[in-house]
Amino acid sequence: MKRAEFVIIGAGPAGLRAAKSLLDAGAKVLIIDRSDLLGGQLTKQTHMFFGSEKQHASKRGIDILKLMVDAIIEHENLEIITNATVVGLYKDFVIGYVKADVYYKIQADSIILATGASEKAIPFENNDLPGVYAAGAVQTLMNVYGVKPGEKVLMVGSGNIGLIVAYQLMQAGVEVVKLIEAASHIGGYLVHASKIKRLGVDICTNMSVKRALGKDHVEAVEIWKLDAQWKGIEGTEETLEVDTICMAVGLAPLTELLQQLGAEVKYVRELGGNVPVINQQFKTSIDGVYACGDVAGIEEASSAMMAGEIAGIEAALSRGYDVENAANRLNELREDLSNLRNGPHGEKIRAGLAKLGVL
Amino acid sequence: MRIKEHPILTFEAKEEIQFYYNGERIVGYRGDTIASALHAAGVKKLSESIHQQRPRGFYCAIGNCASCNMEVNGVPNVRTCITPLEANMDVRQQVGKGRVR
Ligand SMILES: Cc1cc2nc3c(=O)[nH]c(=O)nc-3n(C[C@H](O)[C@H](O)[C@H](O)COP(=O)(O)OP(=O)(O)OC[C@H]3O[C@@H](n4cnc5c(N)ncnc54)[C@H](O)[C@@H]3O)c2cc1C
Ligand code: FES
Repeated sequence: MKRAEFVIIGAGPAGLRAAKSLLDAGAKVLIIDRSDLLGGQLTKQTHMFFGSEKQHASKRGIDILKLMVDAIIEHENLEIITNATVVGLYKDFVIGYVKADVYYKIQADSIILATGASEKAIPFENNDLPGVYAAGAVQTLMNVYGVKPGEKVLMVGSGNIGLIVAYQLMQAGVEVVKLIEAASHIGGYLVHASKIKRLGVDICTNMSVKRALGKDHVEAVEIWKLDAQWKGIEGTEETLEVDTICMAVGLAPLTELLQQLGAEVKYVRELGGNVPVINQQFKTSIDGVYACGDVAGIEEASSAMMAGEIAGIEAALSRGYDVENAANRLNELREDLSNLRNGPHGEKIRAGLAKLGVL
Repeated sequence: MRIKEHPILTFEAKEEIQFYYNGERIVGYRGDTIASALHAAGVKKLSESIHQQRPRGFYCAIGNCASCNMEVNGVPNVRTCITPLEANMDVRQQVGKGRVR
């Protein structure tokens, strides 16, 4: 069986940064990702990022990604396997993955999980019709492959993802008919909301989808007003002619592999669902196994990068590697991370981390 | 439904490649996934649910939900949203859980 000292599962911002720390420490690193592109969510983020200036905020996501990839890609100690889905993670640190229908196994000494998250859906009649797509899927289709998801879209969810993807749909020449939100207020940053309002998109709060209409794909959607308990109010239905319903209703961490391994996980609503119980070093309940980025709680790319760097340094130290200036760098990163989370938008994260016992 | 003009991104002309969808010849681009090429060609329904045969399209586009499973070159349950398109691929809507030919 192939051996690798450090295996990173997932090549999003968290995984790429963890790889950089390990390579800098002189370690050999193997990254496995199921996509054929490196970068996870960043491959499709064409907007200027919010977040920490030190983590390149105000650059476009795709440009931040290029910086991160360029920083490691030529390194002789780095091996990358793409188009490979990890399907098994065993207690003896054997990792099983499938590539082109063949199952391979690797024996690792230390594992860093950076698998990110999957997008949620909400229940309504016909929510399984083609044309009901997750916001990230719509972004991938447009910004990576240059294909429009449809011509007329209803956006569901007013968090930053809903607001940003609505704007990106318009950049691609797609009409955003309306943006609806179940809560009584807009969830994302007001700058993003104002931008799409100025472009004529109607943002309606206290509203949700009653059902999608259409035979083989979405042809229209019925929306309705919600009462304070988020129940639909009969008689308030409105039908919109759209061919796409874009769901930006949150993400859930992809912790299944950690659960297979027997790492302790806990349901924390504020962090998006089941998250691994980790400590300050981003180590899970199992020695030698680290989790960083969205898989450890839905946050943002800035925090995923810092978490990845911390996890990488800690993993290197734990196996006896010398990391130059480790203590200072770790302190600096932890401080930056807590500054980011102490901002007005970090309230939910702080509540979640407190429940997890990390704060 | 390809994007032609975009304020930030440029989509350069790419090599066209032919493949088959339910026996019919379709053109996609090099760099497409099977699902993106089908979507660009107007095919939104990719599969049917196993028990009630309800139409299914893609949902997550990152290989997570299995909503885009199709039969590719005789192999069922291929996640077409993360499988790169290749010339002459035989892509079919699969029946039920699929069967290895
Ligand atoms: C529309 C949108 C806008 C955003 N805007 C901002 C912003 O302005 N600023 C900001 O800071 N953040 C932003 N974010 C959030 C940011 O993109 C994410 O928080 C960040 O990408 C998380 O990084 P990650 O490395 O944890 O996971 P991801 O980026 O999700 O990467 C996970 C990787 O793991 C791989 N993977 C998963 N499972 C497996 C498996 N079983 N086997 C192999 N590989 C696997 C995936 O293919 C993927 O490449 C935005 C997100 C979205 C969707
Ligand atoms: S659309 Fe979810 S796996 Fe392909």
